[in-house]
Amino acid sequence: MNAMSTPAIEILGLTKDFPVGFWRPRMRRSLDSLSFQVDEGEVFGFLGPNGAGKTTTMKLLMGLIFPTSGTARVRGRSIDDVEMHREIGYLPEQPYFYDYLTARELLDYYARFSNYSAAERRERVEKFLERVGLAAAGDVQLRKFSKGMLQRAGIAQAILHDPPVVILDEPMSGLDPVGRREVRDIILELKKQGRTVFFSTHILSDAEMLCDRVAVLAGGKLQGVGAPGAIVAIKAPAMEILFEAREGRALPAGLAERATRIGGRCRVEVPEEGLYAALEQLRGCEARILSVSPVHPTLEDYFFRLVGGTAVSRGLEEISR
Amino acid sequence: MSNPSQTRALWVAVAGVPLLFAAIAALQVKIDAGTRAYTPESEELLLRSGTALKKMSLGYDSLLADIYWTRAVQYYGNRAGIDGAKFDLLWPLLDIATTLDPKLIIAYRFGAIFLSEPPPAGAGRPDLAIELVKRGIAENPEQWHLNADLGFLYYWRMKDYPNAAAAYLDGSKNPKAPVWLKLMAARITEKGGSLETSRMIWSQIYETSQDKIVREKAMETLRGLRAQEDEAQLDQLAQEYQNRFGHFPASASDLRTGGLLREIPEDPAGNPYVFGKDGKSRLDPRSPIVIPPPLSPPPEATN
Amino acid sequence: MSATVGPVAINTFREAVRDRVLYNLVLFALLMIGAAILVGEISIGIERLVIINLGLTAISVFGLVMAIFIGVGLVYKEIEKRTLYSLLAKPIRRWEFLVGKYAGLLLTLAVNTAFMTLGLAAALFYVGWRFERSDTSILVAIYFILLEFALVTALALFFSCFTTPMLSTLYTLGIYITGVFADDIRAVGDFTRNPAVLGVTRAIYYVVPNFHNFNAISMAAHGNAIPFTLFWQNTLYAALYVAVLLLAASAVFSRRNLK
Repeated sequence: MNAMSTPAIEILGLTKDFPVGFWRPRMRRSLDSLSFQVDEGEVFGFLGPNGAGKTTTMKLLMGLIFPTSGTARVRGRSIDDVEMHREIGYLPEQPYFYDYLTARELLDYYARFSNYSAAERRERVEKFLERVGLAAAGDVQLRKFSKGMLQRAGIAQAILHDPPVVILDEPMSGLDPVGRREVRDIILELKKQGRTVFFSTHILSDAEMLCDRVAVLAGGKLQGVGAPGAIVAIKAPAMEILFEAREGRALPAGLAERATRIGGRCRVEVPEEGLYAALEQLRGCEARILSVSPVHPTLEDYFFRLVGGTAVSRGLEEISR
Repeated sequence: MSNPSQTRALWVAVAGVPLLFAAIAALQVKIDAGTRAYTPESEELLLRSGTALKKMSLGYDSLLADIYWTRAVQYYGNRAGIDGAKFDLLWPLLDIATTLDPKLIIAYRFGAIFLSEPPPAGAGRPDLAIELVKRGIAENPEQWHLNADLGFLYYWRMKDYPNAAAAYLDGSKNPKAPVWLKLMAARITEKGGSLETSRMIWSQIYETSQDKIVREKAMETLRGLRAQEDEAQLDQLAQEYQNRFGHFPASASDLRTGGLLREIPEDPAGNPYVFGKDGKSRLDPRSPIVIPPPLSPPPEATN
Repeated sequence: MSATVGPVAINTFREAVRDRVLYNLVLFALLMIGAAILVGEISIGIERLVIINLGLTAISVFGLVMAIFIGVGLVYKEIEKRTLYSLLAKPIRRWEFLVGKYAGLLLTLAVNTAFMTLGLAAALFYVGWRFERSDTSILVAIYFILLEFALVTALALFFSCFTTPMLSTLYTLGIYITGVFADDIRAVGDFTRNPAVLGVTRAIYYVVPNFHNFNAISMAAHGNAIPFTLFWQNTLYAALYVAVLLLAASAVFSRRNLK
């Protein structure tokens, strides 16, 4: 096996055009010669605003849609090869399953496509129900599941057959903070087991926390690949100070014009290197400091800077319909 | 431009689909050959009631009527001309078609022909044909063609001259009806089963019908009637020849040499008539002309 | 292959069985068979005939309704609800998925038909029926009805691979009706003696699935034996036609982008 030398996922010039319009369809490019690779054992984040082409890329990898040009390989196998699917697990975006099945039946159904014995299959279903926290809801029909529970069931079916490569499309979306935390734990556990995780998100902090590397996609084009810190560091980190001004005391000149008032409180953003100076000034006017915290640039902020806010903001508008 | 697995799927289909269709068509030919052999003798109509069908047709009764009429035509077409063929379902099919759509004139008119023709050309049931046409008249009083058809059925098939005359007379009361209906009524009343009357009826059928088959049939009958008239005249001449020369003519040319005829008479198909030893003229055996079966003299004519 | 087709078929069967609509339909069909007893009682001497005629008609009509209405949603629903995404991520080819869905619905129809056949047998026993040799033709007629379902299901599945349930229903019904009247269409063409019309009607006759082949209800009701040649010819006919439809469906579906 030369698994160590071949990348887990190799994307080679993937391009996808979709027809737009019914009577006279024109082609719209939603993915433009995308190339990068995900190495074995990596947790790889796929970043980009909604509509950037992340889901399209993942569907191309799973053979749900077919590329206009280019190809991709998973552990050296072409994506046209059905055997490739034995080595890959996939969680679709906002998964939806047969709602007449119970969670246990659903997992059992999917487990049948891997060559397990009946006993093995049963054991596996129980193990993975437990692992995603659905053990108690195993006999509930999926039509009664909340969005979060469906997401868990979706993750369970994606990793049920111990695939070396796991592709998760927006695994944290629609989850409450506890749910997000659990998904993060599962991803880290998969990494510990030496599996490759390729997941998409539009929330930068998720990527920052989990990923060895990230790729950034906007408007169907690759914007960059690298360690997540490199992307966050693009903007000099800023600090946010929340405070209450003492009545009758005017704010110092340098801060007054930058502060925004929210009720009785004020908020001001200062560059990291100016933090202490600002705090000194506030102490001078006896303001009460409520909190000091670093400001994370949102992904949208990042993209607006990166591509001048044209293609991306169009993408954002489309998705927020 | 498309992906290898997509292309593969396309080629498999392009090669496989026509091949399978060829096999299907070949099999259908075999099935058809078999089915004809074991189609059961007594066919069944699940629903014989036109009124029930009309209720079940959910308002598509006229379409259903067309379908039943088509089935009746096929049913007739598959059996007509075959010796020993049975037409058991013909009446129910026509009954259903005309109940579903009482305005389906063609079903009355042709249905009556199918029913009244003697076997093997038809069901040999002029009584049912008359019932069908009467129903058509009741539903469609403006259709004088149906009255003429009824008159014809009475006259030609039933030899019932009073009813035939009455039918023509009824039809003639329609302002749109041509004048010959009235003439026909008068003629039948006057001299029922005469050749002249018959010829007039068939001429009218020939002239008024649009249908090729009906016209051919009328023409054939008219030629037969002419031959019949010719024979009657030739028989008279032969009798006269016997009176003059003491024996019957052996051929038509004897009549010419005897000075009774200027030309040798030919039947409508162009074959000269021949004479038997009894002095009766008849058609050349090779002649395609068919003389219609004789009409019995009308009841009035006997007294 | 069976390793992937089987689970899909069983899951399709399970979906149908867990749908309430199905039970209503079966119940309704059984009621109709029951009503046949009443109809049989008012008409004289043809009790058995009426029960067999009506019973077989009920089995056929309700089965067809099911075949069409479940059939047109088979693929469409999985795409629309995106349940197909996680399934196709497993090692299963698209044509295997199609064959599985098809087999699942056919299994459902077969089980239903078995139930309704029991209902018909019960109705016949009620009017004092004893099994005779000629009654095997009833079973053959039911088998032909099943073949008809196999064809209609394949039609519905084929259309559901590329269009909406609404249009699929229309197309399937349209072809079904054309197929039922294939004989008449051909006869009309033969009757006109117009070579152009004749060509068209002949083409329709041989291309459209000829459902007339499968109608053995009246033969069964009269206790006429159904010839063995017809038995295997019809089986082969249905098999070939289903193969054509599944092949075409696979070709269409394997090329399709699932948006």
